Amino acid sequence: MTVIKPKIAVYKFTSCDGCQLAFLNLGNDLLKLTDAVDIIHFAELGMVNPNAKVDIAFIEGSIATPHDLERIKNIRAKAKFLITIGACATAGGIQALRNFADTAEWVAAIYPKPETISYLATSTPISTHVTVDLELWGCPVNGEQILTAIKTLLLKVKPAIKRDSVCLECKRSGNVCVMVTKNIPCMGPVTQTGCGALCPSVGRDCYGCYGPSENPNTDSLSKQFQQQGCSRETIQRRFLFINNQAPAFLKAGMKK
Amino acid sequence: MSMKMEFNNQEYYFLPHVKINALLDYLHHQGFSCIGPQIKQDAIVYEELHDSEQLPWGLRDYQMPGQYRLEENNVKRAFSWANGPQAIKPQLFKPKESLWRVARDSHGKLTFKNVTHEMKPIALFGVRSCDVAGMLIQDKAFLTEPFVDKHYQARRENVFVIAVNCGYSSNNCFCVSTNTGPQVKAGYDIALTEIDDGFVVTVGSAAGEALINKISLKHATDEMQQAMQREINNAATMQSKAMPFDNTRVVRDLLMNNLDHPQWDDVAARCLSCGNCTSVCPTCFCSSETETPALDRIESEHSREWDSCFTEGHSYIHGKVIRDDTKSRYKQWLTHKLATWWDQFDTSGCVGCGRCVTWCPVGIDITAEVAAIAKPAVDDSASE
Ligand code: SF4
Ligand code: SF4
Ligand code: SF4
Ligand code: SF4
Ligand code: SF4
Repeated sequence: MTVIKPKIAVYKFTSCDGCQLAFLNLGNDLLKLTDAVDIIHFAELGMVNPNAKVDIAFIEGSIATPHDLERIKNIRAKAKFLITIGACATAGGIQALRNFADTAEWVAAIYPKPETISYLATSTPISTHVTVDLELWGCPVNGEQILTAIKTLLLKVKPAIKRDSVCLECKRSGNVCVMVTKNIPCMGPVTQTGCGALCPSVGRDCYGCYGPSENPNTDSLSKQFQQQGCSRETIQRRFLFINNQAPAFLKAGMKK
Repeated sequence: MSMKMEFNNQEYYFLPHVKINALLDYLHHQGFSCIGPQIKQDAIVYEELHDSEQLPWGLRDYQMPGQYRLEENNVKRAFSWANGPQAIKPQLFKPKESLWRVARDSHGKLTFKNVTHEMKPIALFGVRSCDVAGMLIQDKAFLTEPFVDKHYQARRENVFVIAVNCGYSSNNCFCVSTNTGPQVKAGYDIALTEIDDGFVVTVGSAAGEALINKISLKHATDEMQQAMQREINNAATMQSKAMPFDNTRVVRDLLMNNLDHPQWDDVAARCLSCGNCTSVCPTCFCSSETETPALDRIESEHSREWDSCFTEGHSYIHGKVIRDDTKSRYKQWLTHKLATWWDQFDTSGCVGCGRCVTWCPVGIDITAEVAAIAKPAVDDSASE
């Protein structure tokens, strides 16, 4: 009897490949995963089959070119469950900083033959264009979160991803708070958990790469940053960074 | 160990600084793993202690709402500071822990297995009075029949507590008003008070007495005992913060009668809903539980981790988050801690350690919030 294994695929859009690497870094678990699922498209791993029907589609990268736009519709139509991985796919990524600028001007300033570059004026998250079933944040995404999502879906249960603040994870890890001891403006209180409080565990501040937490009080945190001696511009840059298009961060960053 | 409280030894002994290592060696030989204060990431935290050299000699903490700094005070003392970000809580109620596993056989039958954690008994060196009081309150949450938490119990039953009475209070300490310090009253095996060159020691259990005998401590002189009293008085009189109404049931009634007070909106505008306060609080006991299936779809692991009433998951019931804004979450924290805790455990949930004040990134002060809610009441009584 042949067992039909669920098919999964990983698609790349406008991105740096870091999230695919996080996936690959699962190492042994990735090998074990192939007992339970068929990986049918994952270019970075060598499997190429871009037009197949799949059970779970993972999307890395944002929509930043006309070609991206075309592909995502096709992929959505052929996928049962679609998961965005990382800041680019989920919120537009660092490249969405172009949304605040004149993209044509930038392209002209950088490329010797700007007319050969095909691009959209903005970089937008996948959810702007198609229905997304689950969002996994982070720059890069946490491989363990991907694995848990797959394992849970195999049991036909929708994965529960916590959207609490990084602070809770920071305290569970036994870190000492950099805000309180070093007066460093940390984004942890308004950022979603999932990374294991990576940055504070090496004594530095969180810069918000997992996007906004579920109930972020950006006004109060901005005021606190100001009291810690940050200029308005510094505070804006804290919010308008890797997840600059995430609505809560965008709003806080645009505040005068 | 320290759970059995009927014990009577009123003697005072002296442990010179140079003998701390003899005490640690004795405990190590008894099979304990010693946990004690030391510097990590610019704060004093509790970790594995092998040698008295690791202790935070000559350091003092300066605490303000949302601020903590360590400075050298060049005094040859190991405990001239008040407290750090952690209490005993992470030692007994683990931040993350596996509870049980379940496996499914080929007929679909499920078999559940307890996860037991092999561990050495712990000796806690240098526990503050407020934190011992916090542990005794957590005991009520975890050890009350019929809902005994086996994981907490296994660690708690074997713990050896070396308490330390305070000679200094930080700006955020208010244990005098909560009647939980600066001198430890119950729940310890031995208690130390640091004076010049060493500690005056009192005994709280038979195990504590055995230790005193084993490392042959001499009796403390009258002068030493007077110096001990001066230290404790000093810590008590320097406290500037206080919980209104001495943290009694009056606070309970005040909060429960003011659930619509405008102060709840005021604090909600400042509060980040980050959960740092509940995480550092020595008495908070909430956790969330998760199921992590294995790739084989045959096994699954069930684990828990610290949660907080500041998360959405904490009040998620039947597909709905009941407390979906910061105002209702802050209100839950305060009314549980200081009000309904009385109904549940016949005590306040606050032991006056001041941690939630220090480690709140925006410096929200629990005593000031209660005082603000109490304000009209205080004004009324003044005008009577
Ligand atoms: S270091 Fe940052 S993430 Fe950690 S508790 Fe402090 S504010 Fe929160
Ligand atoms: S601590 Fe913050 S910036 Fe660092 S990895 Fe985690 S979410 Fe990203
Ligand atoms: S409520 Fe605050 S001061 Fe009271 S015991 Fe908890 S952390 Fe300490
Ligand atoms: S105050 Fe909140 S976190 Fe603490 S025990 Fe009560 S409900 Fe739980
Ligand atoms: S009171 Fe302070 S520590 Fe507690 S949730 Fe609010 S901001 Fe965080």
